[in-house]
Amino acid sequence: MSGPVDLRPTADQRALQASARDLLARRFGRERLRAAVDDPALDRALWRELGTAGFFALRLPEADGGVGLGLPDAVLVFEEAGRALLPGPLVAGHLLAGTVPGAATGERVVGLCDVGADGARLWEHPGDCDELILVEGGSGGEDGSGDGIPRAYWNAPDWPVLESVRSIDPLTPLARVASYPRRMPRALDITRLRREAALLTAALQLGSAARTVEMAVEHAGRREQFGVRIGAFQAVKHLCAEMLIRVEIARSAVYAASLTGQSLPVIGAKILADEAAVRNARDCLQVHGGIGFTWEADVHLHLKRAWLRLEQWQSGAKAEEALAEALLADDAAG
Amino acid sequence: MDLTYTPEEEAFRARLREWLAKALPELPARPDPLDWPGRRAYDLGWQRRLYDAGYGSLHWDASPTRRLIFLEETELAGAPYVGANFVGLLHAGPTIAAEGTDEQRARWLPPILRGEAVWCQGFSEPDAGSDLASLRTRAVRDGDHYVITGQKTWTSHAEIADWCELLVRTDPAAPRHRGISWLAMPMDAPGITVRPLRTLAGPAEFAEVFLDEVRVPVANRVGAEHDGWRVTMVTLSFERGTAFVGEVVACRRTLGRLARTARANGRWDDPVLRRRLGRLNAEFTALWRLIQGNVGAAGAAGGVPGAGGSVFKLRYSQARQELYDAAAEVLGAPGALDADQEWTAARLSSLSYTIAAGTSQIQRDIIAERILGLPKGR
Repeated sequence: MSGPVDLRPTADQRALQASARDLLARRFGRERLRAAVDDPALDRALWRELGTAGFFALRLPEADGGVGLGLPDAVLVFEEAGRALLPGPLVAGHLLAGTVPGAATGERVVGLCDVGADGARLWEHPGDCDELILVEGGSGGEDGSGDGIPRAYWNAPDWPVLESVRSIDPLTPLARVASYPRRMPRALDITRLRREAALLTAALQLGSAARTVEMAVEHAGRREQFGVRIGAFQAVKHLCAEMLIRVEIARSAVYAASLTGQSLPVIGAKILADEAAVRNARDCLQVHGGIGFTWEADVHLHLKRAWLRLEQWQSGAKAEEALAEALLADDAAG
Repeated sequence: MDLTYTPEEEAFRARLREWLAKALPELPARPDPLDWPGRRAYDLGWQRRLYDAGYGSLHWDASPTRRLIFLEETELAGAPYVGANFVGLLHAGPTIAAEGTDEQRARWLPPILRGEAVWCQGFSEPDAGSDLASLRTRAVRDGDHYVITGQKTWTSHAEIADWCELLVRTDPAAPRHRGISWLAMPMDAPGITVRPLRTLAGPAEFAEVFLDEVRVPVANRVGAEHDGWRVTMVTLSFERGTAFVGEVVACRRTLGRLARTARANGRWDDPVLRRRLGRLNAEFTALWRLIQGNVGAAGAAGGVPGAGGSVFKLRYSQARQELYDAAAEVLGAPGALDADQEWTAARLSSLSYTIAAGTSQIQRDIIAERILGLPKGR
């Protein structure tokens, strides 16, 4: 049935989102988060619980043991993971659930690294993954494959040659893939994989952006200076209002892109969600003042993760160039 | 979440598209922006054609989805925008529909829909802009009339209006939000003087309106006496919630034309400019989705848009200014400095967007206090 055009989640979708939030609150609350900062090794038991809850198998057909839901549902669940700052190769686990045995249930942890992307070649949680899918070509990177055709390879964790990187995000260990063998090619729809990875990453950014607004508002409503709560000052109010505006713009873009599933809306959604996550974390830090600049405050964890995701999948100059090119194509069509 | 249209809605879109393809070539040439009587005749003529074809009331009494289709298709086809009918169709009309009596609806709504009456908005005063509740224009009861004395300013379309949606203070002793009433004032009543104001964009878009013992029947009051503030909040939520739908579609079209112009004049080679246009593409696409969502949500909530309108209005007014700043960069000198360029006029008028209908600063206060629940204060 089709009602009026409506971007609000349905009752079923709200229930799905609430159960994801509930699971994460119980299993990855503030104490667990701070413990992970000290030891970022993946919580395998939590990973299996996420698998049992359907986090990875959400979009697999029910006949294959999945939940049979769609991209909009996945986006809502990833938004919750972004709110909670849940670490781990979540996007890889979800996108490869139908490809890598054990990924759907959370029994095995799978990583995904796009070495075709410009510059980065970063692999998150290299020490925690049981397997790695490498994607190369087709996005203009210097991947050495020569013909530029996108390809995917299945790797054991110790096959690629790695350079160590001390990650800016204490919750996300990183390694740079210096070289890798091309021994086990996989038939994957790489264009779709990259598009959906960008959208799910945008959903994580959206969740983080929404959470930092809440943190800023909570602080501004509690903290007193000059004898009043700082949230009464227009300068602070306006910072908070701009944060909410970024969230709502990003949310519209992310939700709409999840419904159409088209490439350009996904690119636009990633740009706006990146902006919301990064700038909101910075404004949240500003609202917290000196308290926010301490290691003890969680604000820096949101900012560092947002910077990390900004570099993943679609972002920056290439994304904006693609959207500019599309404007010319629009004119040709109409 | 759903962005699909029903077969009925798609059929409506097809019929409208077909009708527009026939109706638009038959339109007379657009009048000069300075020719107010010409603009009035042109805009009312277009509204009459919409009415005769059955599309006259789509701004407010159709389903939200049909309204969106109507606004999208008319803009894509390059049809005239509401123009002189803006206040009637998008402010006063919806407000009367929501708050008026049956008699008032029957009296004022059909002429708006048939393109027979132009309305203007008598809200702001010299000392009551963003602080609208400090308005001082007084209405004193004299039998079955109010006798009104005061001054309004920045009154759009006052020169050619038949009616004015007027805010007056009916109880000077009451707390400032509680002593205000909403009246429909005929613009030909004795005692009204209209003095056009010249704007920084050049042509006179609005006027000062002086009221000297103007008599307006008590029957012209919409809503209860002294309850005008609440009625006004209904009007403003329409303004912020849905009044800009067509403009967003227009901005996306403008962005496409801008890209084509840049490619033709060589500015496209500048990667910084290209990236700026690409980013604006993301921005206007998201704004379109946001307002779609707002209109859909308003439909589900009984037709009155919520505070989400402030979110849209703020970001849109900024994006519109960025669009025309980008246009100036595409044109370069002397194009950007040529006051006769169409882009230049649009760039100048875009400066009003962060001020009119509640400044960006006021919108941020609304969002912070009403949506985020931050404490009141300054």
